Amino acid sequence: MEVLALLIPASLFLGLLGLGAFLWSLRKGQYDDPEGDSQRILDPRYDDKPKPVEKDQRG
Amino acid sequence: MSSVTIRPSACPACDAAPAAEALAGRAAAPDARILVSVPAVHCAGCISTIERDLAKMEGVNSARLNLTLKRLSVDAKAGIAASDVIARLDRLGYEAHELDAGTLSMTETERQGRELLMMVGVSGFAMMNIMLLSVAVWSGAEGATRDLFHLISGLIAVPTVAFAGRPFFRNAWKALRAGRMDMDGPISFAILLTVFISTYETLQSGEHAYFEAVVMLIFFLLVGRYLEFRARAVARSAAQELAALEVPRATRLAEGAESVVSVADLAVGDIVLVRPGGRVPVDGVVTAGQSELDRALLTGETLPVFAGTGTLVSAGEVNLTGPLQVRVTAAGKDSSLHRMADLVANAESAKMRYTTIAERAAAAYAPTIPILSLGAFFVWFWISGGDLRLSLNIAVASLIITCPCALGLAVPAVVTASSGKLFRKGLLIKDGTALERLAEVDTVVFDKTGTLTMGTPAPTNLDEHRAEDLRVALGLAEGSGHPLAQALARALRDRGIRPANIMQLAEVPGYGVEGQWQGQRVRLGRADWVGAEAGVVTAAHLSVGDETSCFSFADQLRPGAEQVVRGLQAQGKEVWLISGDVPAVVRELAQRLGIAHWQAGALPEDKAAKIDALHAEGHKVLMVGDGLNDTAALSTAHVSISPASALDAARAASDMVLLSRDLSPVADAVRLSKTAMKRIRENLWQSGIYNIIFVPIALFGFATPLWAAFVMSVSSITVTLNALRLK
Repeated sequence: MEVLALLIPASLFLGLLGLGAFLWSLRKGQYDDPEGDSQRILDPRYDDKPKPVEKDQRG
Repeated sequence: MSSVTIRPSACPACDAAPAAEALAGRAAAPDARILVSVPAVHCAGCISTIERDLAKMEGVNSARLNLTLKRLSVDAKAGIAASDVIARLDRLGYEAHELDAGTLSMTETERQGRELLMMVGVSGFAMMNIMLLSVAVWSGAEGATRDLFHLISGLIAVPTVAFAGRPFFRNAWKALRAGRMDMDGPISFAILLTVFISTYETLQSGEHAYFEAVVMLIFFLLVGRYLEFRARAVARSAAQELAALEVPRATRLAEGAESVVSVADLAVGDIVLVRPGGRVPVDGVVTAGQSELDRALLTGETLPVFAGTGTLVSAGEVNLTGPLQVRVTAAGKDSSLHRMADLVANAESAKMRYTTIAERAAAAYAPTIPILSLGAFFVWFWISGGDLRLSLNIAVASLIITCPCALGLAVPAVVTASSGKLFRKGLLIKDGTALERLAEVDTVVFDKTGTLTMGTPAPTNLDEHRAEDLRVALGLAEGSGHPLAQALARALRDRGIRPANIMQLAEVPGYGVEGQWQGQRVRLGRADWVGAEAGVVTAAHLSVGDETSCFSFADQLRPGAEQVVRGLQAQGKEVWLISGDVPAVVRELAQRLGIAHWQAGALPEDKAAKIDALHAEGHKVLMVGDGLNDTAALSTAHVSISPASALDAARAASDMVLLSRDLSPVADAVRLSKTAMKRIRENLWQSGIYNIIFVPIALFGFATPLWAAFVMSVSSITVTLNALRLK
């Protein structure tokens, strides 16, 4: 059962990491246009990095 | 919430006065953000075509197309207006409509949406982690291990509830203070009591803790809330702000000088100048100038009317050919435009608030939850001979199981699925209850001009003319801004006809265009002016020397008009055509489309009265109209649709906006709304049946946290899947 002392914090840490990633993507506006983003990958202009979101267009 | 960044407003004081920002936004901001709705975009090609082209446009800093909302946002330098962007898109082949950049309200909705999504994320995270520990407990963890797991669960659950449960607590508190009881009351009560008892049980090394159930309840309910919010936000951001916020201004002539003033500042007796292409801002009498007026939006007449000295004009008419000086007889509150607005206001206040099926279900359900668990508590308290802990545990179990997890998803899931479907077809739902009301409709009333027809005439007898005449006609027509001339020019150019070289081309306001061609005088215009016999049909007359010929015109049908009428009739709906136009034209159209019931020459009041009469007979009416003369009827009707080309007043008064040119989605919408209502009812029954099965289990004291978690997830998933079945 000693292994629990390691596993529980580890699972919580990983979960928090996921939550952090979710909050980050949320604030970056990645859920504002899911359909458009899925189409933009077909455009060679965005092969290196996605089209930047203008500051003004963020909430 | 500190993690949400709020877009700084262009002017901080405007935060307090949104209307002021809306007015100031366009004029004052050095860099404007233009928003247009582009309903036809659908693929990666559209994105790159539009964005690339606009990037090349002078004065545009950047452009971004949001495919989900079908909305283009352009960051442009001052001097670029939405109309420039719309013209540019038009050349690319995309129809676009201006959105009012009421940026403040939009960032507000975006912020709310993000906050809700964040709560969904946090509760989802908490739910999964607690579930991980709970599975261990359910599999048989005992003693110190179980207590430890419960403790960790509690440490995750309590902050989560405090963070993600706020929307429910807030609403419940609001309702409580107003002395009402809605669904959020029992939900909040259940959440708080369960957290409290579970914490107590954990500290007492008890067997059951309902932490995962609480968090799961919050998660599913929040998903429902978010869907509901999204459906409303999309509609709000696109339809209400579709307003071409026309600041009412007029050009006043005083002592020979022109000055632009607000319409509110005009007084009776002032002389205002109305330029060709401009809208008449007041009611008045023409004192100088000759022109033609387009009254289509006010009366539904397709044909422009001649205006000369002494003609009475009404606010809202469009001046077509020559400048007019108008003496004001009524402005502001007294104008016919304002009377129309009053008519709308009256109709709206007379309309009863619609109680949705979700509200009715919640009203029936809300009181049963606390009553059941309270009953369970007292009965078990009596049976067990005063075992407070046992009775409380059973009360909590029945509380959490009866909590309407699936009920919270039942309606929003269906509404989201169906409004998404309709949006892709080009129909935007502005009002959350519109879908439900649409399902009840049995009579559909159409307006003629601009709704069933395009409102733009097209020549019908081009083949009867000599090629030479056609060339002369094109040469003349290109020199005029009159709608008939423009329609003629467009049709002739489409046929590949080259214009004749007309010398001394001049437009005679109110009459037509004239010029010299091969030494002859040529004229295109009104019959009496050209020297031809006036006929009954809409026509423009051409004279070459002494010879005259006549181009007749007919209003074009809107694409999909025939299908929509046939589709609605096939569904057993009664279709009416009510127009302000003359009987001959209305009868002809009604016969062509196979509409049995029609009424012509209807004033705005008549339209609204007819709908009232239909309602009085027990019908539920869907009104489809676009003009100012339809606004009263649109707001009187049970539910209403207006095309995106309609005046903003008409769009504001209607519940749905048709973004596509094609009218056929209307019939689909009526059909889809019926299916959606069926799904909603099925969903409500489903979630009810789960309760009928599991409430007794909880009441008899057999329920465990495992049961609660199982019931909740299964019912929520079946309800969602049922909604997705919508075709």
